[in-house]
Amino acid sequence: MKVLVAVKRVVDHNVKVRVLADGSDVDIGSAKRAMNPFDEIAVEEAVRLKEAGVASEVVVVSCGVAACQDTLRSALAMGADRAVLVDTAAELQPLAVARLLHALCQREQPQLVICGKQAIDDDAGQTGQMLAALLDWPQATNASKLRPGDGHIEVTREIDGGSEVLALTLPAVLTTDLRLNEPRFVSLPNLMKAKKKPVDSVTPESLGVDVAPRLRTLHMAPPPARTPGVRVDSVAQLMERLRAEAQVI
Amino acid sequence: MKTLVIAEHDNAVLHPVTLHAVTAALQFGGEIDLLVAGHDCAVVAGQARRIAGVARVLHADAAHYADQLAEPLTELLRSVLAGTADHYTHVVAAAGGFARNLLPRVAARLGVAPVTDVVRIESPETFVRPIYAGNVLATVQSLDALKMLTVRATAFAAAPTGGDCPVLPLAAAADPACSRLVARQRVQGGRPDLGSARVVVSGGRALGSADNFRRLLEPLADTLNAALGASRAAVDAGFVGNDSQVGQTGRVVAPELYIAVGISGAIQHVAGMKDSRVIVAINRDADAPIFGIADYGLVADIFEAVPALTQALAGCGEGNFSS
Repeated sequence: MKVLVAVKRVVDHNVKVRVLADGSDVDIGSAKRAMNPFDEIAVEEAVRLKEAGVASEVVVVSCGVAACQDTLRSALAMGADRAVLVDTAAELQPLAVARLLHALCQREQPQLVICGKQAIDDDAGQTGQMLAALLDWPQATNASKLRPGDGHIEVTREIDGGSEVLALTLPAVLTTDLRLNEPRFVSLPNLMKAKKKPVDSVTPESLGVDVAPRLRTLHMAPPPARTPGVRVDSVAQLMERLRAEAQVI
Repeated sequence: MKTLVIAEHDNAVLHPVTLHAVTAALQFGGEIDLLVAGHDCAVVAGQARRIAGVARVLHADAAHYADQLAEPLTELLRSVLAGTADHYTHVVAAAGGFARNLLPRVAARLGVAPVTDVVRIESPETFVRPIYAGNVLATVQSLDALKMLTVRATAFAAAPTGGDCPVLPLAAAADPACSRLVARQRVQGGRPDLGSARVVVSGGRALGSADNFRRLLEPLADTLNAALGASRAAVDAGFVGNDSQVGQTGRVVAPELYIAVGISGAIQHVAGMKDSRVIVAINRDADAPIFGIADYGLVADIFEAVPALTQALAGCGEGNFSS
């Protein structure tokens, strides 16, 4: 079966972003970029499905500026077979990305789509579910274990306070949680090999998708800072403060 | 202005986060309908009609809603909302695993861009939500006619009960029958749920082992009737199950009292607990970033300080800590 994986280029998770002085945006100018960590888990899972003989081909897709090719190359170096860049400088919100992926799925006809459960920049956590809705396919979000079968897949997913197992009819859309796997490190030979793998380029226009944002960002601000606390020297002092001052015990 | 709130429940008990979603919906000033979709869940509809401020409870009861799967519920919500796009102006659900799974699916079906994890409502179309792990608050305006949002329960008070509204039966929609629940496991520890506990005790990597985690933190949590949480590092080290993870990618909590034991205070953890009313940090490393946000910091060996704290708390009487 063909597996399609969506990957997003985001500010590296170690970078602490700041808001521009005028509150119009975040200041991420030259900050280091990387593949969204949950998407990396999605690529890893797809490659493992291929290594296990379950997947026949792994196609990775990224939507955004030309530099997203770097992200696609990382995915190819991890073991994906080929890549598609939806090349656009437009601001892309989750619904627009889901529509772009929907259009690509109609072209590529995958049996399984794997997305990260959320991107660590906008923290929206929507794209996979929206894509599933547009395709009218079943979904399993926050997946922590996959058991592919014939025409269906069993997915263990994390829920509040526990976990559940769903059986989905294929084709289906999954989103990954942290515990699904630990992505591999990319070796230099694989990085070199990835340079020879094909990267297609399309545009939202060629896919016939309107990506106009439906949410307008009016303002950005840092969250209110907590007032600095105090150091206590002993458990007894802590108890006294919690009782008399904070009145929380 | 008319809002549909989606109730969260397990066919027996209305989840308390629903009360917080109602409070958020009340800020729009219009009428509120509450959707209870499940199977044999009349008892939940009965609880829902008591929420003050709710005008009507819409009760859909069918076998294919028993497991709260996204696919059948989406078809139901689509039939409720699509026919009346000029009728409901807002759809609200409490942010959490249930709504995160369901709401974007419904929204895409209707061609709406949802706004997730809202922490403040500025106007009927303008919402504030955290991005970048809570390091930035973005104010966004929805351009869609129908606004769909999930709201953080910790950012809105619980609506009071005492209401008495009618329950209207709602016809079930067709079952897409493309997904099936095979098994569901909830971790039962006899402790309050992380999302609603008054006190949360959390442990980090410094605990060193699963055994230490239990030995040190369980007595403290028991004494305070607290929920047990953990940093991602502690979860990844296998000290405790992943459902205990507090942080950007885990549970977001805002209890009255949060006690961080041996937690360094990584950005992604802080994003999940910084809205707690009182934060206590106990850590041997005086330079740990957690001290930068703690109200009370104790630089100490956790293996000595935590048992001492447990003992001191136990000594000051029981029964004062019920959540």
